[in-house]
Amino acid sequence: MSTGMRKVSDVLKHRSTLVLLSVPILLGAVGVHFFASSLVVSLYTYFCVNLILVLALQMFMGNSGILNLTHVGWVGIGAYVSSILSVPPAVKSMGVPNMYPALVELSLPIVPAIFIGGVVAAAIAAIIAWPLMRLSNAVGVITLFATLIVMHVVMTQWDNVTNGPRTFFGVPFFTTLWIALAGALVTLAAAHYFRESSLGLRLRASRDDRFAAYAMGVNVVQTRYFTFVLSAFVAGIGGGLWAHYITSFSPKAFYIVEIFMLLTMLVIGGAGSVSGAVAGTAIVTVLREVLRQVENTLSLSDMFNRDVYGLTELSMAVLMVIILIWRPGGVVGGREVAWPLLRARRRASEVASADVASDE
Amino acid sequence: MIGAEFIINTISLGSLYALVSLGLVFVYGILKLVNFAYGEYVMVAGYALYVLTAFTPVPWYLTMTLAVGFAALISYVTELVAFRPVRTKSLTAMLVTSFAVSVFLQNAALLLVSPRARAVRLPSWFNRTITVFDATVPLRNILIIVTAAVLLVGLTLLMKYTVLGIAMRAAADKFTTTRLMGVPANLVISAAFIISGTLAGVVSIFWVGRSAAVDPVIGMAPLLIAFIATVIGGMHSLTGAVVGGFVYGLLFNTLSIMLPASVISYRDAIMFVIVIVFLLFRPEGIVRGSYTEERVG
Repeated sequence: MSTGMRKVSDVLKHRSTLVLLSVPILLGAVGVHFFASSLVVSLYTYFCVNLILVLALQMFMGNSGILNLTHVGWVGIGAYVSSILSVPPAVKSMGVPNMYPALVELSLPIVPAIFIGGVVAAAIAAIIAWPLMRLSNAVGVITLFATLIVMHVVMTQWDNVTNGPRTFFGVPFFTTLWIALAGALVTLAAAHYFRESSLGLRLRASRDDRFAAYAMGVNVVQTRYFTFVLSAFVAGIGGGLWAHYITSFSPKAFYIVEIFMLLTMLVIGGAGSVSGAVAGTAIVTVLREVLRQVENTLSLSDMFNRDVYGLTELSMAVLMVIILIWRPGGVVGGREVAWPLLRARRRASEVASADVASDE
Repeated sequence: MIGAEFIINTISLGSLYALVSLGLVFVYGILKLVNFAYGEYVMVAGYALYVLTAFTPVPWYLTMTLAVGFAALISYVTELVAFRPVRTKSLTAMLVTSFAVSVFLQNAALLLVSPRARAVRLPSWFNRTITVFDATVPLRNILIIVTAAVLLVGLTLLMKYTVLGIAMRAAADKFTTTRLMGVPANLVISAAFIISGTLAGVVSIFWVGRSAAVDPVIGMAPLLIAFIATVIGGMHSLTGAVVGGFVYGLLFNTLSIMLPASVISYRDAIMFVIVIVFLLFRPEGIVRGSYTEERVG
């Protein structure tokens, strides 16, 4: 094949991935809007919001191979900042009695508030992330975990800003199905182009072999750093959309249980690719809903004589370990879906082993 | 007065934390796995104590032995079922697995017992206070010092003079070479998990003994302590873990006394900032071990 033709087919291939992923999401939203109950509409909206968060996680974790436990912290910062900016002063002075007067007076329309939430998350990430990005392996994971705990402690204790461990309520509802959908599609395109971009490629190179990447002139720390800040920005925006969907929340929403949920979505689908993030989010959203129904039914029935808790998380944990054992690249296997589906499948084994077994 | 009471309490807290962090490092040293499920071994031992004391007439010494054995068993089973199959996969896969195992065990406790805390009644002498060197301290604080001393001596002998111990130390250093010398990898790793679980079980007796209750998230605190202590002391040596445990105990007690009340709620955040600073400027910890990134394939 000539170079020109290869270029054309490459372009087609990249575009086809985006089309193959976004068209079903779009059609799903349209179908849900016209034919489904409000409960399903709400679930689909939640799916789109989660998709933004998972794609943001994929941007950094999937391409760098670093288990980013702080991710949910950036979501939290975005949620709190956007809510503080968008909630009317009267509601704030009632809901958060100890809030600094300067913060109470702030009042912005919702869209800029959400945007500023992303900017603040990115700014804080930009300040603290440089030294963190130098660390790899176990040390890196513990540091990120420690950072998450510091963020959580600050969120629970700083009640002049976050209302402490208590619920922050009165956030205006804004994230409708269409807004969540738009957010998800934009993030999808961003995550996809990022993965194929020069920065994304360098980051993936550093994931597959850190020292080889260094040797080829990739500045690993810098590459990780830019991506981390970018991922925090997207997570912050996603957090803002999440907050304006859920309308009341507490710091508990940005801790272990939530990061575990986002991780199951990413890992079950396959962290190595955007397609994996989409597939995982869809699978886990459906499974969780089914399991929750089972939990409710069991709780209401006389079988146990008490409420049934934990079945959902327990099953998710089992599923995740099973996936990691038999298909460590996730359901999608670390490759992107691309138009000639058959050819993509034939290449799957090579790509899957190179792209997903992210290790040095 | 700070005198004897402070010293005894600090030593006993340090002994407890030394055992906590030692359990984590045993697995880390060999598998290079930061085991997020480690705290859950403490939790399952706590539930074993609860079940045995509440529903069976088993005497206290048997209760404690069985609880420790149960923690070791669960630790071994998680290694067999979850960690062994993903051992050859990426480091992130292992870490995510340990995270999943932790969530699994927590939710199993939620599902099988209750989300609410359960009271654990240990024998009354366990919590009696006694007076030594003019200091009034709970008897269990003295007991933990004695237990830790016995365990540390025992483990030192094991690591120094038995074939298994020597194999484990060799494996922590250069795993591939150790395997080439004819040491079966599975045996060494299983042994590490069993020792880790045993230590978690012993920790659980004192941990649950202090609060007299057990709940599904009780493992979180020991896990965090183990993280902090091992990072401060040094992740690459067993001595480092012990040193880290004692340093953390001292730091914790000192901060508790010195920090003003308004800042005390941020104590955890301060501890973790110290951890991050340690990792950035002296990632090898106080005790420098032989550093190796090699993992078991």
